[in-house]
Amino acid sequence: MNAYWELTKSSFRRHSTYRLAAVSGAFTNSVFGLIRASLLLSAISTAGGSIGGYSAVEAATYVWLGQALLTPLGLFGSAEIAERVKSGDIAVDLTRSVNLTASYWAQDLGRAAFDVLPRGLPPLVIGAIVTGLSLPTTAGPYALGFISIIAAMTLNFLGFFIINLLAFWVVEIRGYWMLYLVLMNLLSGFLVPVSWFPQWMLDFARATPFPSMLQTPVDILAGRTDVVESLALVGTQLLWLAVLLTGAHLMVRFGSRKLVVQGG
Amino acid sequence: MAEIEALDSTWVTNAKLLRLLISARLRSQTAYRGSFAADVAGQVVLALTEFVELYAILHNIPTFGGLTFAQALLVFAFASIGFSIGDLLLGETDSMSDAIRMGKLEVLLTRPLPVLLQLMTSDFQLRRVGRLAFALLAMAAALFLTDIDWDPGKVVLFIITPLAGAAIFGALFVGAGASQFWLVDGRQFGNAFTYGGRYVASMPGAALFLPMQVFFTFVVPATLVAYAPSLVLLELEGPAGIPSWTGWLGLPAAVVLWGLMLLLWRAAIKKYTGAGG
Repeated sequence: MNAYWELTKSSFRRHSTYRLAAVSGAFTNSVFGLIRASLLLSAISTAGGSIGGYSAVEAATYVWLGQALLTPLGLFGSAEIAERVKSGDIAVDLTRSVNLTASYWAQDLGRAAFDVLPRGLPPLVIGAIVTGLSLPTTAGPYALGFISIIAAMTLNFLGFFIINLLAFWVVEIRGYWMLYLVLMNLLSGFLVPVSWFPQWMLDFARATPFPSMLQTPVDILAGRTDVVESLALVGTQLLWLAVLLTGAHLMVRFGSRKLVVQGG
Repeated sequence: MAEIEALDSTWVTNAKLLRLLISARLRSQTAYRGSFAADVAGQVVLALTEFVELYAILHNIPTFGGLTFAQALLVFAFASIGFSIGDLLLGETDSMSDAIRMGKLEVLLTRPLPVLLQLMTSDFQLRRVGRLAFALLAMAAALFLTDIDWDPGKVVLFIITPLAGAAIFGALFVGAGASQFWLVDGRQFGNAFTYGGRYVASMPGAALFLPMQVFFTFVVPATLVAYAPSLVLLELEGPAGIPSWTGWLGLPAAVVLWGLMLLLWRAAIKKYTGAGG
């Protein structure tokens, strides 16, 4: 347990040294936030007040919360583990006395913990100034939102982890990685809220773990769902967590049997 | 005379070298068939989701930023064609900071070819053709669905628009790459203008906040890539920040932007001090 905590802390420190990356990331997230907010607000004003249950200020809040959480939740992932499989370095990870999945998750948690403030705060401040935000005034949504964020971050981690582990079987994962990223970005409700989708797409999205990766924490934090709905959404997140965890576990088990390290 | 011949022969070798480099690149990219197929599919799906995003907004409302679905599709197609060509040729400058950090740039600097030309060919990403294919399909659909009253001027505009768009995005990529010489860890900064520009270009400009209309037309000319020329083709009035006469500004803007970005690029290469590689 201690080892994982150390991994989390050192990952936090590692990411905190790249300050310029954090500043430029926050800048870009804010510019995209401005573009997305203006597009959604224009659409809502054409529609005459609301689309898919989102009024203007609610849609703006949705955009800014999404832009703020995007990096902490790890929506763009990384291909680091696949590189380690390719180079054979993963063999070193496998010999360590810590669980492979848990050790990488601990590092991702450290990254997310650092990213929350420098990447999350600027878009929210800009959003509050430009469009205004509608945030709940009671503590409940924030408490459940916090749990939902940890769950969503873990789901995103596991999703990319699984894609990375494909490297045990294929030479180059970039295509699969890209396919996953693009589908996830769309179906997680990152581009437009899931409830704006046409019915067939909505049904499809809801059958995947993707809305649990972004739409759920954003909706809970914005106070769009009552306690019962929020609990049901978190329950869905935990269900997907169990599914993806099982998948990752099986892949590590069978993948490491397939692993060939030359001259290791 | 001898001098000219010598010059000629170096040019020939350079051209040969370039062709050799490109064809070797293309062969290596198609070597792993399964992975390459997934790569191309990824690019097609990427373009598809960009389209679905627009569709997910438009199926809720009759017009978006004053454009019907078919008209918005025309904007989307222009932007997509322009971006995918620009990305195909110069998208690699996005990872300039890696080349700087790893010391790969030294290798490029020692070769007798301009660095920019080497970047264009050294990672000519064939998979990005998938995106272009989808964009062309979208353009065909847009032309079929919209009612454009063609005249010679509009035909000329229709032809130069994708080229100007490709040039504008290419220049933005060069600028983003150059900025990474100063902001080695800050590569995301440039993304606000390259990928942010693509995002703006593919949407109806009138849907933007007014200050952003002005910024993305007269500072970063993203709306000139697709929305402004589409206004001319469709004979529509533009919003306050993007008057419809800007429809013809794509090509001049591309030329000006290239001039500025090349200056920036030259300054960046001069500034480069190496990473001890």
